[in-house]
Amino acid sequence: MNEQPEQLRNFTINFGPQHPAAHGVLRLVLELDGEVVARVDPHIGLLHRGTEKLIEQKTYLQAIPYFDRLDYVAPMNQEHAFCMAAEKLLGIEVPRRAQLIRVLYCEIGRILSHLLNVTTQAMDVGALTPPLWGFEEREKLMVFYERASGSRMHAAYFRVGGVHQDLPQKLVDDIDAWCDPFLKVVEDLDRLLTANRIFKQRNVDIGVVSLKEAWEWGFSGVMVRGSGAAWDLRKSQPYECYAEMDFDIPIGKNGDCYDRYLIRMEEMRQSVRIMKQCIQKLNAADGKGPVVVEDNKVAPPRRGEMKRSMEALIHHFKLYTEGVHVPAGEVYAAVEAPKGEFGVFLISDGTNKPYKCKIRAPGFAHLQAMDHICRGHLLADVSAILGSLDIVFGEVDR
Amino acid sequence: MDDAKLDALGQTIVSALPGAAIGHSVAFNQLTVDVEVSKIVEVVKYLRDDPNCRFINFTDITAADYPSREKRFDVIYHFLSPTLNARVRLKAQADETTQVPSLIEVFPGADWFEREAYDLYGVIFVGHPDMRRLLTDYGFEGHPLRKDFPTTGFLEVRYDDQEKRVVYEPVRLNQEFRKFDFLSPWEGADYPVLPGDEKAGPKV
Repeated sequence: MNEQPEQLRNFTINFGPQHPAAHGVLRLVLELDGEVVARVDPHIGLLHRGTEKLIEQKTYLQAIPYFDRLDYVAPMNQEHAFCMAAEKLLGIEVPRRAQLIRVLYCEIGRILSHLLNVTTQAMDVGALTPPLWGFEEREKLMVFYERASGSRMHAAYFRVGGVHQDLPQKLVDDIDAWCDPFLKVVEDLDRLLTANRIFKQRNVDIGVVSLKEAWEWGFSGVMVRGSGAAWDLRKSQPYECYAEMDFDIPIGKNGDCYDRYLIRMEEMRQSVRIMKQCIQKLNAADGKGPVVVEDNKVAPPRRGEMKRSMEALIHHFKLYTEGVHVPAGEVYAAVEAPKGEFGVFLISDGTNKPYKCKIRAPGFAHLQAMDHICRGHLLADVSAILGSLDIVFGEVDR
Repeated sequence: MDDAKLDALGQTIVSALPGAAIGHSVAFNQLTVDVEVSKIVEVVKYLRDDPNCRFINFTDITAADYPSREKRFDVIYHFLSPTLNARVRLKAQADETTQVPSLIEVFPGADWFEREAYDLYGVIFVGHPDMRRLLTDYGFEGHPLRKDFPTTGFLEVRYDDQEKRVVYEPVRLNQEFRKFDFLSPWEGADYPVLPGDEKAGPKV
């Protein structure tokens, strides 16, 4: 007992790659001083598939499905960014009905993502019921995805110039009927978590990010709104028909995990509000019409036409072999994805394939700040912070 | 912001930083400023601190490879100004040996983006405290997003049941790599014969 410990050594542990709270394939090398985190070194790339390299080998149409596989919790939001980039280069305007469908499905994607994040983050801090309740609603939303695109997750539904197919009226009505009962589910989740003592102990004042830090670390989306900036690309740089939608942007005060949770809950309610407006506009007279541009150099002709007209047949053949020729240029297009600003930087050299396609994923910028945010927190807070950063490895690793 | 305002902003930036910001252009309602690569930190500091700019949100760093050029890389930076509600793109030319100053002192968020650009393109950043590979495998060689790097890569891995470990082997393709070139000869394909035509040589 009288001898001094000669050397106190920090303890290094591996968190992941197979850890239920690692949200995928994250390997964190944690250096611990007792139970206090001294350093975090995230090792990423375990899910790196070379998406950007592959896109350079594919035509613009063939590149779209890769975007579903980035943030696979909200697939269509990413397709949206890519289609917008290509549309900017082509200089085409998307028809109104297609815009409404896009916005409707992007908001479904936002709810899909927030439901997963809010509930699994609650699971990371000890609650088991929320994921069970949340996943039931996600399943219903995925059925809406399936009924529009034929696939529950990897939709590949958006096209350069619009969307692939029109929605049947029954589907629009069913989405409408889903909206109000869902608000009740959000209410239930709210009652389960918001005032819960354990949930608050684990989240309030954990992972505080000041607004200045949030900007300079490249944060976006909920991460800057949690720190108090009223910044949302849907409001500040409106794309598609977001300008005519009526919705509010919730912002936080303290920039901690709890504020980010509250923002996500409120954003789900706002998304339902936008969805209802979309449905109303889709049912109105000016919401009918084509769902993809009529220009056959960009979008294929209708099938019935293709069977009869020689010119339409040639267009069809050329579009599905050679693809669209996109004029040369460089463009950056960003959307407000559920996790933050999802950007696509596209360089075209005038051929049918992108010369370069850089995918700017919000999760990538958020995860790199892990070391900065976690330092000085306890080991148990690491999983709470990681959950509230809203990381999905498809988009971080690309 | 409309094009005229962006153009004016570009002119302000170029005239405020002689020798560092070389020129500017506006395309698709986006402002691009060409930058001298050694002065990049100065430019970014100006963009961040000048009250007319306030580009305080770091968005992205990437590179683009043009192997035929003398300086083959464009290093491309994106910043966002929430005050102006505008974006700016900085472009600097570099080659494989150019030492690009790191932005990490100005924007800590540049950390992983620079590591990624080094990993995938081989752009060298100096002043970065922790320049390791980021996305590729431990011990990976080469820079996969360069245009001269084959899409199939060079090594493949499998689990060897005898050795009880993962082994690395050179890539063996069971069929020819399927890369279709559908550019029609009327619209820009530059090869003299169409693919497949070489099989129809004169009959012997």
